[in-house]
Amino acid sequence: MRRLTLRRLFLQCSLLAAILFVVVVVALKLGAVPVSLYGLGRDLISVLLHQTQALTSDYGMIIIEIRLPRILLAIVVGASLSVAGTSFQALLRNPLADPYVLGVSSGAALGAVLALIVEPHLALPLWLLVLLTPFGAAFGAAATVAAVYFLGRRQGQMDTATLLLGGIITGSFLSAIIMFLLTTAGRDLHGMQFWLMGDLSTPLQQSLRWVLGVGFFAAAGAIYTTASDLNLLLAGEKEAMHLGVDVRRVRLVVYIAASILTGLAVSVSGAIGYVGLLVPHVMRLLFGSDHRTLLPTAALGGAIALVLADTLARTVVAPSELPVGAMTALAGAPLFIYLLRRGAA
Amino acid sequence: MSSPAHTSYAWPNFGDAPRSASDVRLSVEQVSYAYSANPSQAPLFTLEANSFQARPGEIVAILGPNASGKSTLLKIIAGALEPLSGRVLLDGFVTHTLAPRARAQRIAMVQQESPLLFPSHAWEFVLQGRHAYGRSLRFESENDIIIARNALAQVGADHLSDRWMSEISGGEKQRVILARALAQQPLLLLLDEPTLHLDIGAQVDLLATLRHLAAENRYTVVVVTHELNLAAEYADQVVLLQKGKSLRVGSPASVYQRDLLEQVFHTPLTVEQGPNGRPRVNLLPSP
Repeated sequence: MRRLTLRRLFLQCSLLAAILFVVVVVALKLGAVPVSLYGLGRDLISVLLHQTQALTSDYGMIIIEIRLPRILLAIVVGASLSVAGTSFQALLRNPLADPYVLGVSSGAALGAVLALIVEPHLALPLWLLVLLTPFGAAFGAAATVAAVYFLGRRQGQMDTATLLLGGIITGSFLSAIIMFLLTTAGRDLHGMQFWLMGDLSTPLQQSLRWVLGVGFFAAAGAIYTTASDLNLLLAGEKEAMHLGVDVRRVRLVVYIAASILTGLAVSVSGAIGYVGLLVPHVMRLLFGSDHRTLLPTAALGGAIALVLADTLARTVVAPSELPVGAMTALAGAPLFIYLLRRGAA
Repeated sequence: MSSPAHTSYAWPNFGDAPRSASDVRLSVEQVSYAYSANPSQAPLFTLEANSFQARPGEIVAILGPNASGKSTLLKIIAGALEPLSGRVLLDGFVTHTLAPRARAQRIAMVQQESPLLFPSHAWEFVLQGRHAYGRSLRFESENDIIIARNALAQVGADHLSDRWMSEISGGEKQRVILARALAQQPLLLLLDEPTLHLDIGAQVDLLATLRHLAAENRYTVVVVTHELNLAAEYADQVVLLQKGKSLRVGSPASVYQRDLLEQVFHTPLTVEQGPNGRPRVNLLPSP
């Protein structure tokens, strides 16, 4: 018997944090403009010492102003999607659940697009306007989860195949509505197509960065307080109830928080697929399926995966770029098929 | 133990001496339940007023044909269903109003398990029983580990500790599930058809373990079962249900009447007295 202790959890997370650090350094170095490791280190240190004027070159500006914010964005979005995926898997008792596969990302995207369309017509104070898109996306995500949940039930039983099919169909239906809305609104379709595939290249407004950061920690923190309840919920609802889990409260907290995480991620980066599906699976293989370890390791793993994917998306066809969602789908779809064939793990 | 505040009822079919209020732990008082798909319709299923009491260390068996309301009665006792009328008292607390954690510290349920989605070791599974006692993030303490280990030992399953739940036999799995219930350190142990899918040896084993545990740890045990002879052998009290109605409550000897059982189970049978004074049911081949 080797019980889980804070110490073991800390060691596992430190290991992943160290890997994340290395990946971030590599991501900062790689790109259309080559940068030396020495120059990179010098520039980072001067930023940490608040000596931005001491940045020696244009290269420094590229690193600090362009690559670093984008990498930070990839970290938060990757962690959000991965934690949301882990939560949906537990909530729906389905190891193949993921915001993208379930159509929840499309629902969030539709919510965000609707928010963008109505935004100019509303006379809202600025701070509310900033919140409108993420809120619309979170609402879209929550509504889609509810819809897919009811589609996936057959005679009161959750059926894996029905649930996934329901999710995929809902997703394509919602994407069609988004296309319709964008075309009638006369938006730039090419740019939007990029966004729908998942894209991290658009820089964020300063205020939205705060919304994203605070929202991530609040929602992921709320989910983490139910980590031990989720372990039991996975063993079955009635069993969990008899073991002392307040099933309704846990489901509600996780449902709302996971919808917020999906909404936040989609509103800043579009519908990036497969991170929320595959990262939790890999983490389960590495560290076991206890949610007290799974949630934080999945968050770190999601960050690592998305920073890697975005770095590849930026560099493989440089100076041109792929949407990061294309990168994750290239790696993720075959793995998804493998898991499906293996009998849902 | 706080003494439950309730009035005593008349027990028309009660075999044993009337119980004094002070040593009663579980008191099922006139509970009824009705289930209908639509509230405006007539109920599809009703459970009429049922009453019985049980003391620490006692085993109560709920018997009856399919759809007689056995599992519903058990769920009401567990506090998972709110009765339409009446109440279930456990040491003076109404079970269905207890908060989930408080309830799990008093009542443990052993039932047919949902299949596991992700692999789990037997010891991890038993530790789930400690959930209701955990604080904040609920990292298990050294004490929880000791309790889990003892629970496994008590059901004779210590050797299974490091095995995967998916790799052990049905009888072994049932023992581990029972160990998880013991790890809850309950006052009341409920079992819903625990012997289903077990071979006859494993069935006797499980019931003998229950008998021993009830005597040793002073659990009050309520078990829903189809096994008439096992119930006769191991239960102190039997509740016989038919179509949601409790026909008789009492010792196995007082409930096991040939004509009564034949009428309830719709099959010819004989009841004889075994060497230890407990009744034994033999099925007769249909003419």
